[in-house]
Parts: sequence; C-alpha cells; structure tokens
Amino acid sequence: MNLALLSSEIAIVVLAVLLICFDLFMPHRETRRSLGIVAACGVLAVLVHSFTQYGTVGTVYGDYFVVDHLALFFKQVFLTATLLTILFSFGYVEKFTQNKGEFYALLLFALLGMMIMASAHDLLTVFIGLEIMAVVFYVLVGFDLENIKSSEAGIKYLILGSASSAVLLYGISWIYGFTGSLLFKEVAANMAATPAILMGLGLIVAGFCFKLSIVPFHMWAPDVYEGAPTPITALLAMGSKAAAFAVLLRVFLVAFAGLKLYWAPVLSVLAALSMIVGIVVAIWQSGIKRMLAYSSVAQAGYILSGLLAANAAGVKGMLFYIVLYMVATVGAFAVVVAVEEHSGSDAIAAFSGLAQKSPLLALVMTISLISMAGIPPLAGFAGKLYLFIAIAAQGYLWLVVIGFVMSMISVYYYILVVKAMYTHPVQDDRVLTVNGPLKLVAMVSLLATLFIGIYPEPLAELANAAARALW
Amino acid sequence: MIGLAHFLAVAAIVFALGLYGVLTKRTIVGMLMGIELMLNAVNLNLVAFSRFITPEILTGQVFAIFTITVAAAEVAVGLALFFRVYRDRNTVHVARLNTMRW
Repeated sequence: MNLALLSSEIAIVVLAVLLICFDLFMPHRETRRSLGIVAACGVLAVLVHSFTQYGTVGTVYGDYFVVDHLALFFKQVFLTATLLTILFSFGYVEKFTQNKGEFYALLLFALLGMMIMASAHDLLTVFIGLEIMAVVFYVLVGFDLENIKSSEAGIKYLILGSASSAVLLYGISWIYGFTGSLLFKEVAANMAATPAILMGLGLIVAGFCFKLSIVPFHMWAPDVYEGAPTPITALLAMGSKAAAFAVLLRVFLVAFAGLKLYWAPVLSVLAALSMIVGIVVAIWQSGIKRMLAYSSVAQAGYILSGLLAANAAGVKGMLFYIVLYMVATVGAFAVVVAVEEHSGSDAIAAFSGLAQKSPLLALVMTISLISMAGIPPLAGFAGKLYLFIAIAAQGYLWLVVIGFVMSMISVYYYILVVKAMYTHPVQDDRVLTVNGPLKLVAMVSLLATLFIGIYPEPLAELANAAARALW
Repeated sequence: MIGLAHFLAVAAIVFALGLYGVLTKRTIVGMLMGIELMLNAVNLNLVAFSRFITPEILTGQVFAIFTITVAAAEVAVGLALFFRVYRDRNTVHVARLNTMRW
C-alpha cells in the first residue's frame, strides 16, 4: 500500500486537529486570525505539494481509493476554493461570538470530505466522503449563533440533506444487492437493465440531484444559501457542488456507463429544467445571496449537461466550467462579504453606489457576474462554448438552444446588480474599508477570470488530461 | 422458509414509513425519527443482501456499520441544531421556520 498517495488527505487531517488543539490552548482574548493564517498556509502547502503528485497514478486500500489526474484536478479545485474562502472570511469570523477557532478546523474537515469524494472508487467511499462533507456543512451552515436565520438554515439543510442521503443509500443498497459489488468497475461488469437496478439508479440520481441542487431537488438551496454565514455559502456553491460532480462523473461514466440509454434522457430534462427555473426565479430575488443561489442552480444545470456527451470532450467542458465558476463565485462572494460587513445587509439595494465607495470591489463583482452570464471575452464564455460544442456533437441541440437563450436572459438580472453599483446614488458616506486578504482574493478572482477568458488553453489542457483519466 | 424477498419487503415498508414520516411530520424530532427509519431500512437491505448474495464477502455488513455511525453523527448534529432553533424561537414546529421564503 502506497501511503504517499494519501499524503494530501493525511496532511489536511493533521492540520485540522492541530488547529483545534491550538484553539483550546490559546487565551480567550486573542483573536483567532492567527489560526486562519495557519490554516491558509497549510492548505497552500498541500496545494503546492499536490502538483508533485501528477504522474503518479495508483490505488490505495485495494481499489477503493484512486489517485489519478481526475482526482488530482478536483482536489486542486477544492484546495484552491477552501484557501480563498479562508482568506476572505477573516473579517467575517471576527463577528462570531464563540468558537471562532473551530470555524477554520471545520472548513478543513469539509475539505477532507470533498477530497475523499474526488478519489472515491466505490460506492462506500463515495458515501463516507459525502457524509464527512455534509455533516460538517450542517454544522457550518448553523454556525452563526447570533443570527436566527443561520440555525433555521442549518436545520433545514440537515433534515433535507439526511433524507436525501438516505434515499441515495437505499439506491446504493439495491445496486449492491443486484450487482454483488460496490466497486465501480465490478458494478459496470455486472450491470444489466433489470427493474431492481433501474430503481436503484433512479434513487441514486435523486440523491445526487439533491446535492447538486438540480431542479426539482433544489428547494433547500435558496434558504440555506441565504441563512448560512456568507463564506460558507461560497464554499457550498463552489466546493460541495464540484465534489458532487466529481463523484457523478465516476458513477455515471464508469459504473453506470452501460445504462446511458436510461439516465441520459432523465438528466437532460433535469439539466434543462435547472437552467430555466434557476434563471427565471433569480430575476425576482431582492437579496444577492438568494439571487446567487438560484443562479447556482442554473449553473449546475449547465455543468450537468456536459455529462450527457459521455465522452472526453464533455467531461473536459464540465471540468473547465467548474473551475471558472469557482473563480467567478469566489470573487462575487468576497464582494458580498465586504458589503455585508459594511452595511449589515445582503440586499441588492445595499450595493447602490459601490463603484464610488470602492471601484475595485465593484469591478470584481461586475466581471464575476458577467463571466457567469457567459459574455465574451470572459472565462464564462469559453466554458459555455466548450460545453455546448461537446453536447451539440452528440445530438443535444435542443439543450444547447435552451442553454443559450437562458444565458441571454440571465444577463438581465446580473446587469441589475451592476446598474445598482454604478448608477444608483450612494446611501451613506461611511468609508468602506476592505482588509488585505479579501482584496487579494478579489484581485485573484478578477485576474483569473480575465486570464482564462482570453487565454483558455492551459486550463483546457489540464482539464483534457484529467478527463482522459476516466477512459 | 424466510428468504431474501421477505427482508427486502420489510425494508421497503420501513423505508416507505420513514419517508412518509419525513414528508408529513410537522416537528423537527418527528422528521429526524423518519430519517432514522429510512437509514435502518437501508441497513436491513445491506445486511440481507450481504447474507444472501455475497455470503463469503462481508461488504454489506461493513457498509451497515458505517451507515449506523453516520446516522449517529447526523442525529447528534441534528439535536444540537434543534436545541438552537428551540432557544431562538421557543418552538419546534416546522411551520414556524419561515424567516426565509421567496
């Protein structure tokens, strides 16, 4: 057994446990920012280390845990997302009245769950990774004890999340019973389109669609996104969604590849519904977090559509889109955190006149939102292009048309925010102060969105290499 | 003779009861109990499959132990959040959890 393959996960666990110990022995009056800095440095070190793992492909614990280019690609996405989240949450964490140190440790445990999901090569490991991530997120969503919305969001997420996990598990138990194995490859080898297996498949689709907030399983997303502490909302949108996609790729393109005839029509309809419902409902939202929640429902629909191509081009499009969605989301949420700290509200009205108070934040928000809408020359355009080309080649032209029309409509509500920032009058004359790490995250997001949009080849190459690991 | 089909039938009934509970109960504790029923149905399924389909490999039984552990963690977090909600608003009725809606 090659433990070196597990080094990233082991490092994250050690780091998280160390943070809890530091937090215990630290005097109460100290701020916990030092813990955040330790966490950020540790995650950065693991991220750098993960680049040295390219080229080593192998499995640990029998075939249950695999490290290949696809897993590494996703782990780097999660590590980057968590790193940026830690950096822009320093100011937010100061507002909590207790358990500030645990916040960072819990973030790392959520990261661990995502990393296990990226490497999972059987349904049991998928379940364990998923639950590590989910249980930590239940805690984190309800973390803000001063905010009545936070506990409400937490309990809603917990009940709906556990119920969906139970549905997913019931599906897994049927697949296990009728294929005799949990390993993806053996499941694929013993696959037959019997009613029992199709029922298991249906339950698994429902369970995953919940985690991905695909319509009609998206009901939890707006409430949880609104009530959760904003950095957690960001990590839910970026990390938990990407992790569910990491699992989805292996489950549907390896284990259930033989049943594509059955799952492809269902998923194509669900993807189309997500795009339509997410974007149409987002138009009516007055809170930015709720608006971004519905927009994330639509984005999940776009990413899901890449799965229908079921080839390397489609997977490459998905991976590419996941990265640029992460980059745009982190920028948008960093700005939301700054504005929320300043005005105490997440209403779109709170963004009035932001361009005069802080031109940088307004610019970052604008670029992020326009990238999500998919306007050239930003990253979102390149991402949608790759996805649409891949699925159009497989005969899903109708889905491309829906996706294109919907992304045009989405420009409308993204522009509403931009309009508020640039044309509405400033509401008060207090100075908006932005701390250094948050500014850094905003700059990184801005530059990355522009860079990927203008010069997408390097990322496309990485995504391509990762996608080929599946076949 | 009690065979695999009997276990699967019982598990299906328990799962359906649990799902019904989650969907219809109006208190948080009732919903958590429904979720527990669903997870127990899964355990029943896993152990029965393990015994009848792959008797020499214990994958299903190991899986059941993991499920039990995860269910315990979920309920622990659930009860903590439940206390928090109760302290915030003096009620555990789901209908009162309506601060946020679109």
